[in-house]
Amino acid sequence: MKTPATINEKTSATSGNGADLATRLQARAKNIRRYVLRMAERVGQGYVGQGLGIADLLSVVYFHELRFRSQQLDWPDRDRFVLSIGHYSIGLYAALAEAGVIPLDELDTYGADGSRLEMSGSEFTPGFEMTGGSLGHGLPQAIGMAAGLRLDGKPSRVFCLSSDGEMQEGATWEAALAGAHYRLGNLFAFVDCNDQQADGPPSKVMAIEPLHEKWSAFGWDTQRVNGNDIGAIAAALDAAKQTEGKPHVIILDTLLGRGVPLFERREKNHFIRVEAEEWVLARQQLEQS
Amino acid sequence: MGNTTAIKRPAGVTGSILTSDTAGASAVAAAPFGEALVKAGRANPRILGMSADLSKYTDMHIFAQAFPHRFFQVGMAEQSLIGMAAGLARTGFVPFATTYCVFATRRAYDFIAIGAALGKANVKIIAGLPGLTTGYGGTHQGIEDLALMRALPNMTVIDPCDATEITQAVPIIAAHPGPVYMRLLRGSVPVVLDPATYQFELGRAKLLRPGKDVALISTGLMTGRALEAAAQLAEKRIDAAVLHLSTLKPFDVESVAALIKKVPSVVTIENHVLRGGLGTAVAETAVEAGYAIRWKQVALPDCFCVSGSIPYLTEHYKMRSGDIAQAASSLFE
Repeated sequence: MKTPATINEKTSATSGNGADLATRLQARAKNIRRYVLRMAERVGQGYVGQGLGIADLLSVVYFHELRFRSQQLDWPDRDRFVLSIGHYSIGLYAALAEAGVIPLDELDTYGADGSRLEMSGSEFTPGFEMTGGSLGHGLPQAIGMAAGLRLDGKPSRVFCLSSDGEMQEGATWEAALAGAHYRLGNLFAFVDCNDQQADGPPSKVMAIEPLHEKWSAFGWDTQRVNGNDIGAIAAALDAAKQTEGKPHVIILDTLLGRGVPLFERREKNHFIRVEAEEWVLARQQLEQS
Repeated sequence: MGNTTAIKRPAGVTGSILTSDTAGASAVAAAPFGEALVKAGRANPRILGMSADLSKYTDMHIFAQAFPHRFFQVGMAEQSLIGMAAGLARTGFVPFATTYCVFATRRAYDFIAIGAALGKANVKIIAGLPGLTTGYGGTHQGIEDLALMRALPNMTVIDPCDATEITQAVPIIAAHPGPVYMRLLRGSVPVVLDPATYQFELGRAKLLRPGKDVALISTGLMTGRALEAAAQLAEKRIDAAVLHLSTLKPFDVESVAALIKKVPSVVTIENHVLRGGLGTAVAETAVEAGYAIRWKQVALPDCFCVSGSIPYLTEHYKMRSGDIAQAASSLFE
């Protein structure tokens, strides 16, 4: 039997230039967004804005950067993707469905009683490396994974997705110290800055900026890019890989609801409730975007 | 008085605040946890050591010296300690993380619950200064940690009696898959249990002394005092059984129920607050089994304890062997 292939565009493409890659990853991102809408429409609510906003990153990670096997999720040499922000699970479910890990039909169970696809996901869902959602847990565990993989001499890398709101958790900065102290060059952290947490924008809730300066001061290789620009994300990862002996952080400025103007403009869109007739419009807007 | 340069201390200040509690011990062992972990580490290269700036105070420094590349210092950051341990466990290692009971359970509880317990990550938390083993007050005395840890699904909770039990428990919990919380006795640790005859078993209570009049059910270092109390009671012609439960979770319901059915006069004895620990678990067992027992507790009261020397605190909070014998005797008055 053939060994299941690592799924990403880099290995599956026989040739291609940057423009081709971007086109392919944009198509993946659009599928991820389609699945996000499909899941949320079914239950009439959910973290739609986050799923749409982070789709471009997930496309780059799952279809360009991450070394993993969709049919052998416990492959010991895999790269790890750690989702610290449990409510972003809708986006990860969509990416995992696009990668063939989660059956497409199962997306219709998102948030339903008894489903594996919980609103705030956990390690019991295939493809999840740990349980996020209690915020501030992802980075400390990612540090442990990166240290453990290095101790084993593995080439595996750890990618961790946190959010701007998590920059208010003390544990994030405890972990930031440890990552720099142990010079974990195999660790790549993303901080999704969509400027919206449960009680409003971070600048009003509890100011977190300047994030670039903070991470740099903590000893991390730091970049800040438009998190809805697939080319910029891929380029930032390539640049990060040139710096050795330091953990890497890429701060992503993203737009909640990206790809669906109806949601992009909705106020207080941390958790969106959508009227039944609005889903049709949302789907139309996504297809036109 | 003559010329003297000695500093005059007020009565009661013994200077023993930082020492180990070895009062009355006929034998002691040095750093049994550290030595046992080094031995286990030689047998199993997946075992790691970690500490949050307390390696020297939890005997972890011995492991760190033996295996410098398998030791992670995380600094004063208990959330990072447990979170990182969970990450290491998820890459197939067996991390032993040390700090004090108070810091592990109070400060890092969410990280233990979600990072370790929920997914049964193979994290071993070894926590020093349980109950009245430090003279520092409420900030350092781990008085409610067993209750907190017992409440967590998937958690194994151990309060060892002495050096013998710690030495035996370390390789067993290393081999046990899943999260474990074990209280630590550090430094010079009394040897109460005879290693030639005692064998620690995870989840099993040990009847150290049979008896038909009163059941002394104890955990942790209090078992040494329970054995002394049983000897004192024998002089009064009270025949006391001593059942030692070092594993608080999973709780050995079978052994406890069998004893209290035969001997319904019960004293529970623990270095922990009255509620949520051993006494509570024994009471739950009695009620669930439908056994009417007469019950006294030797435990810490529902308050934060004061600072002081360990002998002073032990006397003040009525945690001596004589207090156990008194509690047992009172069941017959």
